[in-house]
Amino acid sequence: MAKKLHISTTINGEPEEFLCAPSDTMLDMLRNELDLTGAKEGCGSGDCGTCSITLDGTLVCSCLMLAAEAEGKEITTIEGMAEGETLHPLQQKFLEEAALQCGICTPGMLVAAKALLDENPDPTETEVRFWLAGNLCRCTGYDKIVRAVMDTAAEMREAAK
Amino acid sequence: MSSSDNKWIGERTIRPDGADKVTGRAAFAADSTMPGMIWGKVLRSPHAHAKIKSIDTSKAEALPGVKAVMTSADIVDFPIDTPFPLGIQDMRWMCRNVMARDKALFHGHPVAAVAAMTEAIAAEASKLIEVDYEVLPHAIEIDDAIADDAPILHEWMEFEGKPSNIAGTLEHSKGDVEAGFAEADVIIERDFTTRPVHQGYIEPHACLVSVAADNKATIWSSSQGQFMVRAMTALLTGMSQSDIRAIPAEIGGGFGGKTIIYLEPLATILSKKSGRPVKMTMTREEVMRASGPTSGSKSTVKIGAKKDGTITAAQGTYWLQAGGLPGAPVRGAVGCALAPYDIPNGHTFGYDVVCNRSKVAAYRAPGAPIGSFGVECVLDELAEELGIDPLDLRLKNAAKEGTQAVHGPVYPVMGYVESLEAAKAHDHYKAPLGPNQGRGVASGFWFNAGGESSAQVNITEDGNVVVTTGHPDIGGSRAGIANICAELLGIDYKRVSVLIGDTATVGFSNLTGGSRVLFASSMVVTESTNKVIRTLCELAAKIWDIDPDAVDWEDGAARPAGANAGQFDPLTLAELAARANETGGPIGAGAQINTTGAEGGFGTHICDVEVDPELGIARVIRYTVLQDVGRAVHPAYVEGQMQGGAAQAIGWALNEEYLYDKDGKVDNPGFLDYRMPVASDLPMLDTYIIEVPNPKHPQGVRGVGEVPLVPGLSAVRNAIYDAIGVRFNDLPISPPRLAAALDMPEAAE
Repeated sequence: MAKKLHISTTINGEPEEFLCAPSDTMLDMLRNELDLTGAKEGCGSGDCGTCSITLDGTLVCSCLMLAAEAEGKEITTIEGMAEGETLHPLQQKFLEEAALQCGICTPGMLVAAKALLDENPDPTETEVRFWLAGNLCRCTGYDKIVRAVMDTAAEMREAAK
Repeated sequence: MSSSDNKWIGERTIRPDGADKVTGRAAFAADSTMPGMIWGKVLRSPHAHAKIKSIDTSKAEALPGVKAVMTSADIVDFPIDTPFPLGIQDMRWMCRNVMARDKALFHGHPVAAVAAMTEAIAAEASKLIEVDYEVLPHAIEIDDAIADDAPILHEWMEFEGKPSNIAGTLEHSKGDVEAGFAEADVIIERDFTTRPVHQGYIEPHACLVSVAADNKATIWSSSQGQFMVRAMTALLTGMSQSDIRAIPAEIGGGFGGKTIIYLEPLATILSKKSGRPVKMTMTREEVMRASGPTSGSKSTVKIGAKKDGTITAAQGTYWLQAGGLPGAPVRGAVGCALAPYDIPNGHTFGYDVVCNRSKVAAYRAPGAPIGSFGVECVLDELAEELGIDPLDLRLKNAAKEGTQAVHGPVYPVMGYVESLEAAKAHDHYKAPLGPNQGRGVASGFWFNAGGESSAQVNITEDGNVVVTTGHPDIGGSRAGIANICAELLGIDYKRVSVLIGDTATVGFSNLTGGSRVLFASSMVVTESTNKVIRTLCELAAKIWDIDPDAVDWEDGAARPAGANAGQFDPLTLAELAARANETGGPIGAGAQINTTGAEGGFGTHICDVEVDPELGIARVIRYTVLQDVGRAVHPAYVEGQMQGGAAQAIGWALNEEYLYDKDGKVDNPGFLDYRMPVASDLPMLDTYIIEVPNPKHPQGVRGVGEVPLVPGLSAVRNAIYDAIGVRFNDLPISPPRLAAALDMPEAAE
């Protein structure tokens, strides 16, 4: 078995070090070693988006990323989205508008939606739908999710004025 | 009680489990760990159909890091000749489905399992297990399985005195169909096929099992019923139910597919053998190969009507794939097919056909979309033939209070006609259509379900409320329960916590499924809460020294019932709770009921599609779901069910299907190639809630989740006909099929 690699990274703003096998995915590391189980494994092939995280601000599927690639980078996960007890406006809106049913896709959906709004604070419905096309949800038919993202964007724009 | 009197029922409250779910803290099955935990992995059959001559596990056992290996020899056998029903399953089939006994019945059928220090070692060890197979010819499609020379899956299975893959039949009959057809002016008869589709829950099956040194097991797993997990695991491992505690993890979607077990008995046996907690998770590929989709089907539907649209007779014959072991949802197909209509002469007949696919599991209104598909398509054609609006044709023949359904029951008050009238009056139905666009409608029915439920309502010492029910919450039911409990007690919703108990902390409760959870659990929660209210009134009576019957509960406080009862200041829930010890002790009550009175649900869908003539793709551009739900206790989650069901129907109609290679192996076992709808495939899904309260339920609830899948397949198909004039009788209407119909030879290849 190959020797483990020592990785220094930043996760949700905190410095973090871990040992990983060269073949370990970032998702395995988050879930099985770092106790960050908010990212889920729905497919392991980058098709469902439940493992979404950001790597230096870019949205990625952590199941397709090697843990070793975290070296020197900044990672954010769903666990880093709320500020203390204050939910991010997207999290709050998802609750208010019932934009989740079973909740398994929710962490990935929120991470992806935040990455969208960071990049584009005023997305059209079509832009939201295409941005979230990599995040599968089987419960909601996406209606309330798309509405929640657009309503949050509108509120955040208003608040930024 | 009418809606307007309610403070909490009908409110869009924040769900009790919401904060954990938006912060990543909610614990789903694969999120659990235990000290000393090891990993289990399943070895699966590489053949669609094969005799298992021998299994040698010695090399796997010798691999360093391997802690236990198991085969079907470790699982309790339920002999074929002794039926052993358990809920909607039969243990004879369950014991053969969780692990192949003498025969592998589909590619991916479990054959052995290993537990090892890491997942990688377990996977490596499973490859060292030597299985000697005798490969047999296989049958994947229905026509292959019912052909005269079909390979027979089970030598003990006979139909009409001959070896057969037909496991059983079910029939409903009313009146005289031959006489009915003789009275008809127009008769239309068509053949249809639908493909097996997967429930598509995003969370793969997973469990963690710890069997301690005292042989007591704790199971954390994702299922639609912790009591089902306990019962089946006990039966398959030979343990007693009292030695198993099944803890329901948060469930990441089920749609029926988690009403049976796959991994739990294997992990239990591996944990027992290894003396360690064992975690098992399925990959997406394993989910697609080896967990139950719903049946594929073929059917023939024939309907006759008078010139004025009155249906004189209707007949449907259905063949449904069961997978490798019996149990296709024939009841749903033959029972729901004609259920929306008042038909004097009706006949439905269904066959349960085994074939070399994974055993089917329930999928949202199991069988009903299959039964409904042909009927709603033929009605569309009939409407055109007769020159009648398709909603008017349905209105003319709609079942109403007092109608005797072809499948037997006489309907009580219900809102089917209301759904048709609302559809006709809806803006959507009158909106203009553009080029290449079309509009379709269809209706559907589901039985809904009662059954066993238990709940406990406890008042905390500080005067708040904890409700425990026995049903995994799959889509917001905790919020509905909190609404109801807060309403009955007359207190703020936020003072009610709702939890899902495990098998050791709440009484027996049947599965989350069949659109039964809010119906059934609100009955036991209502009874428990009413008992608590009686107790609170008694405590107040004691304090006031008056008769308990002279105390009313109103707005969260005990009050004297009128002037004759005496003059006392109200005693609130908090005040009574604080004084509970001096007046009688802890306040709480439970109820356990085998609930009845779940009346059927009906809905009507309107679908607009646009067909891209260059790409051969049909896109849904507008969709409206109209449904009688009895009472929408939490309208946002009711809408969510209606929208989610419609989205699944759109996927079934347009894209989803399994592709098999010539060796009987699924060729598309992942989300990239098994194409479920993504956000950019769908428009907003509009909903129209109709509330005709169920008179047999304290809040009027009927059940909502199943119905919205049923009409969608044919609503989409009928819309495509309206757009391009082609009647597709085979699903899915995927781009290759659409391209072929549009005469686009290149695209169809």
